[in-house]
Amino acid sequence: MTALDWVVAPFADFGFMRRALAGTSAAALGAAPLGVFLVLRRMSLMGDAMSHAILPGVAAGFLLAGLSLGAMLLGGLVTGLAVALLAGLVARLTPLREDASFAAFYLISLGLGVLLVSLRGSNMDLLHVLFGTVLGLDDAALLLVTGAASATLLTMAALYRVLVAECLDPGFLRASGGGGAWAHMVFLVLVVANLVAGFQVLGTLMVVGMMMLPAAAARFWLPTVAAQIVLAAALGVAAGIAGLLVSYHWNLPASPAIILAAGAIYLASVACGPQGGLLHGLAGHGRAHFR
Amino acid sequence: MTDACPGVPLIELRDAAFGWRGRPAVHGISGGFAAGSMTAVAGPNGAGKSTLIKGIVGLMRPLAGTLRIAGGARRGLAWLPQAADLDRTFPITVLDMVAMGAWRRVGPWRRFNAAETERTWQALELVGLVGEAGRIVGSLSGGQMQRALFARLMLQDAQVLLLDEPFAAVDSHTADALMRLLCAWHAEGRTVVAVLHDLALVRRHFGQTLLLAGRQVAWGPTAEVLTPGHLAAARGAPREWL
Repeated sequence: MTALDWVVAPFADFGFMRRALAGTSAAALGAAPLGVFLVLRRMSLMGDAMSHAILPGVAAGFLLAGLSLGAMLLGGLVTGLAVALLAGLVARLTPLREDASFAAFYLISLGLGVLLVSLRGSNMDLLHVLFGTVLGLDDAALLLVTGAASATLLTMAALYRVLVAECLDPGFLRASGGGGAWAHMVFLVLVVANLVAGFQVLGTLMVVGMMMLPAAAARFWLPTVAAQIVLAAALGVAAGIAGLLVSYHWNLPASPAIILAAGAIYLASVACGPQGGLLHGLAGHGRAHFR
Repeated sequence: MTDACPGVPLIELRDAAFGWRGRPAVHGISGGFAAGSMTAVAGPNGAGKSTLIKGIVGLMRPLAGTLRIAGGARRGLAWLPQAADLDRTFPITVLDMVAMGAWRRVGPWRRFNAAETERTWQALELVGLVGEAGRIVGSLSGGQMQRALFARLMLQDAQVLLLDEPFAAVDSHTADALMRLLCAWHAEGRTVVAVLHDLALVRRHFGQTLLLAGRQVAWGPTAEVLTPGHLAAARGAPREWL
C-alpha cells in the first residue's frame, strides 16, 4: 500500500468516511476562527466552561424536539447564559471569586445534563452526546454543522472590524460610537451555536478541542490576527483528516483521535513555532536579550 | 471652524462628578473648554484627571452635576488613551492600528478607500513611523507606540482633542516632536485638552490649566492657576504629588 493509498483510499472507499471528513472540516472552519478570538480575549477556559454549561439545554432540546438546530440552540443558549448570569451574581453578592463560582455552576450544569440524557435515553445516547458520532453522521447532522459553520464565517466577516477593535482598544470603540458590547454578545452566541452544532460530530466534551487547539497553535506561527484565523481553520481541517485516518487504520475511536491530532499539532507549534516557540526562543535568546 | 457661538464654551461642566461603580474619583468640576482653547489638566496621581477625560469622551455618565457638549461637537471628539489602556499584545500591524482612526468615516462595514489609505500613510509620515508600518504593535517601544497613537488621532481629524498623558514613557526627542504636533493642531483652531505631569511644559505651551486633586482646585489662565498657593492646596490633598 502506497502512502497515497493510505491517505486517499479510506475516503474514496467509504461514504461514512467522506461524511466524517465533511463534518469535521465544517466544525473546524466554524470553530477555529472563534477560538482565535477566545485566545486573544484571554477567554480560553470560558469556551470549555460553556461547553459544559450548555449540555442540559442541548440535551433537553434534543430529547423534546429531536435533532433540531432551533431547539438545541435555544436550550444551549438558555442554560449557557443562565450559568454566566448566576456565576456573575454569586461573585457579586458573595466573597467567592467569579472563576470559582463559574466552575461551580458549570459542574452543576454538567451533572444536570448527564442526568437528563440518561433519564430519557440509553447509555449509548449518553456516549453519543459526550463523544459524538463522527462516523455515523446523517444528512441532518451534516446540514446542521455546515450551516452553523457558514453562518459563523459570514457573521465573523461582517463583524471583523468591531471584534478586532473591541479586543485591541475597547475604550476607543466606545468613544467612537460603540457597538462593542453588541458584537461581544453576537460572538458569545456564535461560540454557543458552534458548540451545539459540533456536538453530533465530536461530542460536547471534545468539540471545544477543535475550537481552542488549532487557535492556540496558530498563534505560534503567524504574527497577525487575520493570518492566525486562516491558519487555525487549516490546522483544524488537517487535524480532522489526520485523526480520521489514524482512527481508520488502527481501529481507534475517531473523536478522541481527532482531538489528539490537534493536540499533537499544538505541541509541535509550542516547540517549533517561530513566534515565541520554545526552540526559537532558545536560538534567539542572545539577540533578544540585547534588543 | 466650529458651529458654537462665540463666548459659549464647547464643553461645559456644572458641579460635575465622575467615577467608577458609583464612587466619585473627581467631583465639583465647574467650568468650560472654549472653542480653540488649549488646556492642560494637572494634579497629583489619583487626582481624577484620566477619569475626567474619560467622562467627557463619553465612557461614563456624570455621577452628579451636568456635562454639556455643544451640538455637533460630540461626534467631533477624539481621545488619545494612555498606552496602558490598549491590549498591546494584540497581533495587529501599526498600519492597521493607525487606520482605526478612520472609524467615524469608515465604520464597521464601509470600504477603506484609496483616500483613507493615503491619509493613513500621511499620518505615519508625520510621526516618523513609515518604516514601522508593517511591524506588530507589541514590538514598538514606548515612544514609537505614542507616535502611532498620535497618528491614529490625526486620522480622526477631530475638532476637539482630549489626550491622556500623551508624553508618558516617551523620550525627550519624541516628546518635543509630539508637542510640536499639538501646537500645530491648536494653531489650526482645534480645541486641545491634555493631561500632563510636567508643569514647566504646561507653563510654556498651555494658555489654560485645570488643576485637580479629587476635586477642582483651580481652573483658568495658567499663570493664575499654577500659583504656590494652589499647588500647595493640590499637594495637601491626601494623595501623593507625582
